[in-house]
Amino acid sequence: MAFGRSSRKKQYVEPVTLKILVAGGFGVGKTTLVGAVSEIRPLRTEEILSEAGRPVDDLHGVEAKKTTTVAMDFGRITLREDLVLYLFGTPGQDRFWFLWDELAQGALGAVVLADTRRLEDSFAAIDYFERRGIPFTVAVNCFEGAQRFPAESVRGALDLDPEVELVMCDARDRESVKNVLVAVVQHALVLADQSHSTVAP
Amino acid sequence: MSDAAERNQLNGPDGPSRPDESYGSSEPYGSNEPYAAYEPYGAKQDGPTTPDHPHWFDDEAGPVVRPYAMTRGRTSAATRHRLDLIALVVPEPAADDPGRDQTLSPEHVEIVERCFEQPQSIAELAAGLDLPVGVVRVLVGDLVEDELVHVTRPVPPAELPDVSILREVINGLRAL
Repeated sequence: MAFGRSSRKKQYVEPVTLKILVAGGFGVGKTTLVGAVSEIRPLRTEEILSEAGRPVDDLHGVEAKKTTTVAMDFGRITLREDLVLYLFGTPGQDRFWFLWDELAQGALGAVVLADTRRLEDSFAAIDYFERRGIPFTVAVNCFEGAQRFPAESVRGALDLDPEVELVMCDARDRESVKNVLVAVVQHALVLADQSHSTVAP
Repeated sequence: MSDAAERNQLNGPDGPSRPDESYGSSEPYGSNEPYAAYEPYGAKQDGPTTPDHPHWFDDEAGPVVRPYAMTRGRTSAATRHRLDLIALVVPEPAADDPGRDQTLSPEHVEIVERCFEQPQSIAELAAGLDLPVGVVRVLVGDLVEDELVHVTRPVPPAELPDVSILREVINGLRAL
């Protein structure tokens, strides 16, 4: 048979899969961050979509159809045999906002990666997660040669709510990125605790 | 598909000579990050042919087989739910049955093969097969329909994962 192997009555472990989004402006280091912790080389998945409307079975009026390809980075971290975390780098361009909705669905939380030289690039992402109530942490990627600013002034510049955590990180460094992810999940945990306040910890 | 449609798809909306803008400007390819140097698999990517992957056709022409030809033009899956990017595809014992693959396309067979190695998410399959996520969704939908695979449901969006799972994630991350 074409499947090639003989009987494989293997019992598969079906892990719980979770996702964390990595957002931020163009060239801020999202792919680097994903690559620093992913056990697979950042894969790129592409979605061909029609901006003229998703159900495009109808090929009439093709003149107006615009096909565009969006690349998304993602990485995988197997925490345990039955627990797998996926990281998704969100497409940077504004015109792909609608894709974020799908990515954000069921996401555990998000990292907004920021560069102090171009803080305004992270506004859109922060705004998005705030409005949808997705727990997020701002991670300032400390580029070599970029001026360091105290966390408080970055916070002020981004107008962050007090409960949102802001951490300094080096997107190339595995330990540093792990800390960022822990911060995100901890923030999600605090929010989950608040909403299930009846459940004793 | 009409000739006009074909041309439109091959060349992008902006005319024949311009490469797809989304390649030029999208971050993964344009930035100076380490992975930008890595040639992202396959022929349909930007730029001329690389020494590793000589191709007789022009990359800008797009894939030789239009992606949605593999789904016979369908853009949505037969399954009731839209498959999440992190939904895992797990083969059923029936997929091991000889002769089952007679009616399947090579892409279907490839998906089953990959998932036999280890259950894979929709996103991983799309990246591994170098197919758009939309195409993979349709193909996996067919396999679900045929009961050759089943798909795990990620945590529904309304109910965030429970606290104990979040704690396990934190512990798991720290232990990495």
